[in-house]
Amino acid sequence: MESDLKQYMNLFIEESKEHLQSMNDALLVLEKEKNNRELINEIFRVAHTLKGMAGTMGFTNMANLTHEMENVLDEIRNKGIKLSEDIVDILFECFDALDEIISYISEKGEEIDEQKDELISKLRGILKEEKIQESIEKGYDKEDKRLDEFVLNVIAEAKEKGFNPYKIQVYLRPDCMLKSARAFIVFNLLEKLGTIVYSNPSVEDIEDEKFDFSFTIILLTNATREELIEEIYGISEIDNVEVDLIQIEEKNKEKKIDNEKEMIMPNAKKEEKISNMRVVQDQGKKRIAKTVRVDIERLDSLMNLVSELIIVKTRIDELKDNSNIEEMTYAIEYLERITTSLHDAVMKVRMVPIERVFNRFPRMVRDLSKELDKKVNLVMHGENTEVDRTVIDEIGDPLIHLIRNSLDHGIEKTEDRIKLGKSEVGNILLKAYPDGNNVVIELSDDGNGIDFNKVKEKAVQIGLCTYEEVNEFSEEDLKNMLFEPGFSTSESITELSGRGVGLDVVKNKIESINGSIELETVKNKGTKFTIRIPLTLAIIQALLIKVANETYAIPLSSITEIIIIDKDNIRNLQGQEITLYRGKTIPIVRLDKLLGLNADEMTNEHIAVVVRKGDKEAALLVTSLIGQQEIVIKPLGKYLSNIRMFSGATILGNGNISLIIDVNSLI
Amino acid sequence: MISTVEKKYVIFKLEEEFYGLPISNVLSIERVSKITRIPNSPKYVLGLINLRGDVIPVIDLNIKLGFKSTKVNNSSRIIVIKDDEMIVGLMVDSSSEVLDISEESIDKPPASQSNELLEYVDGIGKTPGRIIILLNVKKLLKH
Repeated sequence: MESDLKQYMNLFIEESKEHLQSMNDALLVLEKEKNNRELINEIFRVAHTLKGMAGTMGFTNMANLTHEMENVLDEIRNKGIKLSEDIVDILFECFDALDEIISYISEKGEEIDEQKDELISKLRGILKEEKIQESIEKGYDKEDKRLDEFVLNVIAEAKEKGFNPYKIQVYLRPDCMLKSARAFIVFNLLEKLGTIVYSNPSVEDIEDEKFDFSFTIILLTNATREELIEEIYGISEIDNVEVDLIQIEEKNKEKKIDNEKEMIMPNAKKEEKISNMRVVQDQGKKRIAKTVRVDIERLDSLMNLVSELIIVKTRIDELKDNSNIEEMTYAIEYLERITTSLHDAVMKVRMVPIERVFNRFPRMVRDLSKELDKKVNLVMHGENTEVDRTVIDEIGDPLIHLIRNSLDHGIEKTEDRIKLGKSEVGNILLKAYPDGNNVVIELSDDGNGIDFNKVKEKAVQIGLCTYEEVNEFSEEDLKNMLFEPGFSTSESITELSGRGVGLDVVKNKIESINGSIELETVKNKGTKFTIRIPLTLAIIQALLIKVANETYAIPLSSITEIIIIDKDNIRNLQGQEITLYRGKTIPIVRLDKLLGLNADEMTNEHIAVVVRKGDKEAALLVTSLIGQQEIVIKPLGKYLSNIRMFSGATILGNGNISLIIDVNSLI
Repeated sequence: MISTVEKKYVIFKLEEEFYGLPISNVLSIERVSKITRIPNSPKYVLGLINLRGDVIPVIDLNIKLGFKSTKVNNSSRIIVIKDDEMIVGLMVDSSSEVLDISEESIDKPPASQSNELLEYVDGIGKTPGRIIILLNVKKLLKH
C-alpha cells in the first residue's frame, strides 16, 4: 500500500499543482466579477477534486481544509450569497495554505504536521455569519437548530455547571414607541439574572432599532422558567413572552462525525463521484492546452544527440571539399535537412509558454497593491510566447524584481495620481513577443518615471563619481548608473524593495543567459524596461575567427559588422585605442593581447569584428576570419566558473575545442 | 577475527613519488589528447579536452602540488575525477594500478611543517615496499 501511494505521489503533486493554478486563475477573476457563479463552481470543483485526491493519499490536513472550503463554497453557490472582499481574501488564504501544503509534500514526501485551524475557523466564520443572516430572512422558527457552534459549546458547558439555557422570545406591544429602549430594559433585567450568550437580531441591530417587534435571547441562568416570565412581564409594553428550555441535540455532533468519515475514507462510490467531477471540469476549462509532461533529463539527452549530429554534419561538410563524389553531396544535403528539422523539433519540445512565469504575477500585483494601498491594474500580453525551459527558470526572479520596483517606486499613491491628472488606477503592462531568435519582454508602467536629479545625487552620495563629473553625464550614462551595484533611488527602504538588491542583480541575471536589458523613462509619464533573451541557450550561430594560431567563436547575435581598419585610423587616447566607426568613436580591443598571444602585424590593415552590448560597441581586432557556423555551446563547468572572458566552449568538426568569447565581458 | 576496512585507490606517479585517489572519485583514466589553452586562467589549469563530446578542464597536478610542470610524454595520463558537480582531469606522469589499502595502514599526514603539498594530503598509505601519498579530492578542486 505504502509503495503504491508513492508511485502516485508525482502524479498527485503535478495534478494538484495544475488544479491549484486553475483555482488561482478563477480566484483572480472572481475578485473582479464577484457574481460570476461559474467561477464559484470552478473553485468548488477544484476544492472537491483536491479533497478527494488528498483523502486518497492520506493527507488529512489538506483534506480537512478543502472540505471546509467546499462547505463554504457550496453554501455560497446554493444560497446565492453575495461575495464580499473578506470572503475572497479568505479564499486566497486557503489557496496559499494549499500551495504551501503541496510544496511541502513535493519536497518532503509527507504532509506538513500543522493543522490549518485558524483558516478553518475563518471559513466556518463565513458560514456562521451567513446562517444568522439567513435566519433573520427566513423567520425565527429554525434558528435554534442553526445556532452556531460557539453558542452550542457555551450552552453545553453551562449545562454541565448546572445553569439552564433558555430561549426567550420577547414580543413588544405593536404600539410601543421606543422599541430599542424597551429592549434595552429587557436586556438589562436579564443580565442581572444570568448571562446572555446570544441575541437575534444582534445587540447592535436592536440598538439601531433594526428589528420588528420581537427579538430572541438565549440566557444561561439558574432561575426557573416561571421566575423569568414573571420578571419580564414586570416591564411595561411587553405583549408576550415565550420561554423555552433548550435541549441540546446530539444530532449536530453526529453530523460532524459523518462528514469526517466521508472525507477521510473515500469509498468506491466517492471515487466515482470524483471522476465524474473531473469530466465536468475538463469541459469547464477549455483554455488549458493539452500538454505532455516530459522529464527534462530525457529532453536534455535528446538535445545532446542533436548536438552530436550537428558535430558530425560539420565534419562531413569538411570532407565534402576534398571529394568529388556526387552522392556524397546529396547525402550531406540530406543530413543537413534532417539535422535542421530535428533541431527545430527538439527545440519545440523544450519550449514552454512564458505563461508559466507570468501566471504568478496577477496574484503578486494584487497582494502588493493591497499592501502598498495603491490601485494597480496589471495587463499581460503574449503569454503564449514560447521560450526554452532553461530560460523560463532564469527569467522569473528578474521580472519579479522589476514588477515590485514598478509598484513600489513607479506607480504613485492614488492621491498623487489624481493631483497629476492621471487615472486613479496605475497601469502596468507586461508584454512578451518573439523577435527573430530572441524573445522580447517589455515591462512598462505609467508611474512617475525615474528622477535623474535623484540619480545624480545618489551617484555622488555612494561615491560612484564626483559632483562635477555627474553634471557632465548624459542621460544615457545616468541610466547605466542605475544598473551599478548598490543603487536604489527610493528614499525610504520598504519591505518590498530597496534592500540593497538593485537593478545590477537583474542585469547580471539577464546577461548570464545572454540577454540584455534596456531602460526608457520619462518623468511623470512612466518607465519601460525592455528585456531581450535568446530563444534557446544551447545552439547558436557563431563566427569563427583566428587570433594568432588559436580559434575562437564569437556569437553572431552580438556582432554588428566586420570591417577593415587602416592602421592610421587607430588613435591612442590616454592609453585607450579608439577608431571612428560610422561617425562614432569606438574602443579597439586587441584580442591577441587580451588572450596572451602575440599576432604579428604584417600589413597596415586590421580585420575588426564590431561587436555590441546594448548600444555600446567595440572593435575586436582578429588575425583572420574562418566563417559562420552553427555551434553547440558546452558549458565550461563548475570548476571554471570564475573564468569571465568566455561563456563556454564548443567542439569543432575536427574534434578540437574552441572557446566562445563572451562579448559582454569585453565592453 | 578482526575485520579490516579496505578501500580501493587509483595509484599514480608524479616524478618518483606514488600518490593515490579514492576510486569512488575516479571516472576514467585517459591518454593525453589535444588540450585547448584557456587564456587568463590560473597557471595549473592546462586547458580543455574533448572527452567523447564533453568539454573537461584539465589541471597539471605537478603545478597544483607545487612541483615543476609536467613534461608530457607517452606515459602521461589524465585521471578524470568527479566531486559533486565538478568533473576535472588531472594530468599525471603515469598511472597503472588500483590498490586496496586498509584503514589501519594509513597514517595521518605529518602536521609539523607547513608545506604546500601537505595541504592536499589526507594520509600516508603504507603498502609493502611503497609509501603512497593519499590526496584529498575536495581540496585539489579548490582554486
